[in-house]
Amino acid sequence: MSDPAIELSGVRKNYKYFSLDNIHLTVPEGQIMGLIGPNGAGKSTTIRIILGLVHQDSGEVRVLGHRMPAEQIAAKWDIGFASEDMRLYESLTIGWHMDFMRRIYPKWDAAYARLLLKRFGLRADQKVKGLSHGQRVKATLLMVLARKPKLLVLDEPTTGLDPVARHEILRELTAVMADEGRSVLFSSHNTHDVEQISDRVTFIDRGRIIDSMDKEVYLERWRRLHLEVPHGVELPVLPGIIGVRRDGRLAIATANAFVPDLAHAYESSGARVHSVENMTLEEIFVANVEYSREEVEA
Amino acid sequence: MDGTFAISQSDKRPMYLQIIEQIKQRIAVGDWSEGRAIPSIRQLAVDLQVSVITVKRAYLELEREGVIVTQQGKGSHVASNGGLGKRLREAQATRLAAMLGIRPKELEHRLREAGDRISEKETI
Repeated sequence: MSDPAIELSGVRKNYKYFSLDNIHLTVPEGQIMGLIGPNGAGKSTTIRIILGLVHQDSGEVRVLGHRMPAEQIAAKWDIGFASEDMRLYESLTIGWHMDFMRRIYPKWDAAYARLLLKRFGLRADQKVKGLSHGQRVKATLLMVLARKPKLLVLDEPTTGLDPVARHEILRELTAVMADEGRSVLFSSHNTHDVEQISDRVTFIDRGRIIDSMDKEVYLERWRRLHLEVPHGVELPVLPGIIGVRRDGRLAIATANAFVPDLAHAYESSGARVHSVENMTLEEIFVANVEYSREEVEA
Repeated sequence: MDGTFAISQSDKRPMYLQIIEQIKQRIAVGDWSEGRAIPSIRQLAVDLQVSVITVKRAYLELEREGVIVTQQGKGSHVASNGGLGKRLREAQATRLAAMLGIRPKELEHRLREAGDRISEKETI
């Protein structure tokens, strides 16, 4: 087993109005990790610490085997980073930027860069200042992807894109995974994107990691149970159930550690289980944030 | 080849179940014959633009059901245990019957009736 692409342990960072608290995070090699969280949750700060752009107050950060921020120069040859606030030179063309990247990065794949240009519907002679938001995002990603970095770190790569552009970008991200030695960390508000392409999911809220695990295991554990509760029946308090909403005879229980025994336990208390539903990552996201905030406040 | 796989997020079933369903369908209609090599997990993930972990889960499930066989270093194949396509078609018919609210006993009865009708015609 090779080293993880990213490993954070006990990472803290304090700002006046915000702090990252004891972050533990592992991105195994060959996997896509989706980082989800509300605005201001700490996604970008976490990403910047991983890249050595922000220095942690304490805790260990290792990226591709390099200690960060101390060894960031060595690490960065193999990291491709793109974020919304990255700027290309307005008065220059996409082609100029491609040429610039080729001179700096020995692993630059010119044929792949041309292919991406075509797939993204861009032209080398286009000046950056005439590009739409979507075209800018795609041009920036092109510069990163064609370097064939071992680790891609993308801060909100699909935000503000139309469905076609989003699809094009997700396609390129999953294509990267054909190579087992490459890894991706991307943050997003778009839970659909994360649900579709990521192998692992990390939820972050208010500077804390709420959950970080295998996406399939995660989707399996969260369920919604629709119950019918006859008069006089008290629903038992069960481990793994994080909340029950009740209206008349009908109740909905949400589980974050579902096992079939939960349904049996409700049945033997006298309630009827009408259905057990899967939840989308978006529904889990909302339920999880609400639940973890209640836990913290309680 | 995989242009006809369609993974939908509005489908209530999880993505891995949709993949299982569509692979079984290919076997049931005979497009994927017994013993045929099927795409590697990583390759299918790239083709379908879904995560490796999701396809892996589908393959593990299919293996447990005896529909595919995965050998270290040789990749995955459709199982060659005789009549797999037929078995999957039967499973589809059973599921369809359940959806229509037909009980197994009744399904058996109706199939027998239908069979009798066919053999009557054939004897004429």
